[in-house]
Amino acid sequence: MMHTADMLKAFAPFRRDAIVVPGRGGRYWTDLTTRPNLDVPVGDPAMGGHAGFALGLALARPEKRVILFDSEGDILMSLGMLVTIAEQQPANFYHFLIDNGCYATTGGQPVPNADNVAYEVIARGAGYPRAFAFRELEEFSATLPDILDKPGPVFVALKVVPEIENAPIGRRRRWQTRTRDQVIKDLRAELGVGG
Amino acid sequence: MNDAAVIALSPETVLGEMKKNEVTHVVWLPDSETNWLYLLMKGEPSLRLVGVSREGHACSIAAGLSVGGAKPLMLIQNTGMMESGDSLRGWLLGLNIPVVLMVGYRGWTRHGVTQDTAATYTDRFLMAFGINYYLVESDADASRITTAFDEAERTKRPVVVLVGDEYHGFNR
Repeated sequence: MMHTADMLKAFAPFRRDAIVVPGRGGRYWTDLTTRPNLDVPVGDPAMGGHAGFALGLALARPEKRVILFDSEGDILMSLGMLVTIAEQQPANFYHFLIDNGCYATTGGQPVPNADNVAYEVIARGAGYPRAFAFRELEEFSATLPDILDKPGPVFVALKVVPEIENAPIGRRRRWQTRTRDQVIKDLRAELGVGG
Repeated sequence: MNDAAVIALSPETVLGEMKKNEVTHVVWLPDSETNWLYLLMKGEPSLRLVGVSREGHACSIAAGLSVGGAKPLMLIQNTGMMESGDSLRGWLLGLNIPVVLMVGYRGWTRHGVTQDTAATYTDRFLMAFGINYYLVESDADASRITTAFDEAERTKRPVVVLVGDEYHGFNR
C-alpha cells in the first residue's frame, strides 16, 4: 500500500499545465506544486462534491486537462456522479481516487464495506472507458505516463495508508495558504476568465 | 385554446430566456412535466445538457462550470432542491457562485389549501438559506428570469426562479 504523499510525488512531474483539484490530498500537494495558480484547493465545501466540481471545470475548459484527487468517502456519497461523468465523456478529465478505507479526519472509522469495494469496477460499470486500480507505488508510477498520455475520462483507484487525525479540528495544522476566494480568483486570472 | 394554455409558461419562452442570458450548460434532473422543454433544449446547439441523478450533484457541477468561465443554469424540482441543502450551502453559497436555479414548484397553488408539503416547505427552505426567489407562472412573468440572472451576477449568489404550476405548458 502506498502513502498519499509518495503517490503525489510520483504524479508531480507529469502535471505540466493541468488544473489540479487536490481534494483530500491538498495538504501534501501544497508542498509539491509548481503551478499553484492552477491548483484549486477549495477544501471541503460540501462532502461528495469534488467530482462534480472537477467535472464542471473540465466541461468549461475543454482545452485544459483537469486532474482530480477524489476520496472514497466523497465518491460513496455521490456514486451517481460517475454516471454523469461517463455520459459527458470529458476527454480532458482524469479522476484519481485516494482510498484509505476510512474517514481519516473523524478518527479513522471505516467506510461501509471498506475492504470489499472495487471502485474501478464501479467506474467501469458506470461507463468510464478506462479504469485502473493500484496498491503499490512502483506499479502506479510505471503506468502513470501511459494513463495521462491517453484521453479521459479515466478512473484510477489508489489504495493508500490511512493517516488518521484525532486532534480537534481547531488544533490541526492549517495547510491552506489562500482563502477559497483567492484560490478561485487566482485560477480565473490564470485561465483568462473575467468576472 | 383553453385557459390553461393561455396562462401557461411556454417552453419556447424559457428557452428564449436561456439564450438571451447566454446560458452555456443546463445542469438538470427532469421533473414530472418537462419533456417538451427537454426536446427543445436538446435541439439547441448553443446549450450543453448535463444530466444528473441527484440534484445535489448539480450544485458542485454548476460551481465548477462557473469558476471555469461557463454560464450554467440549474433546472431541478423543489423536492430535489431541499434534498440538496448542504451542496447548495457549500458549493453555491460558499463559493459565491452566480447561478440561477429554475425550480419546479411542485404543489404550488393559488387556490384553497396547499396539500403538498413539497410546496409548504419551499419558501421556508429558501428563506432559511437567505436565497432570493422569483415566482414565474406564465409567459407574462418571463422577464423575471432575466431579472434573476442579473441579480445573481450582481450579488455573486444563487438566485431561484420558482416555476409555478409545474410547467403545465411543457407537456403537449
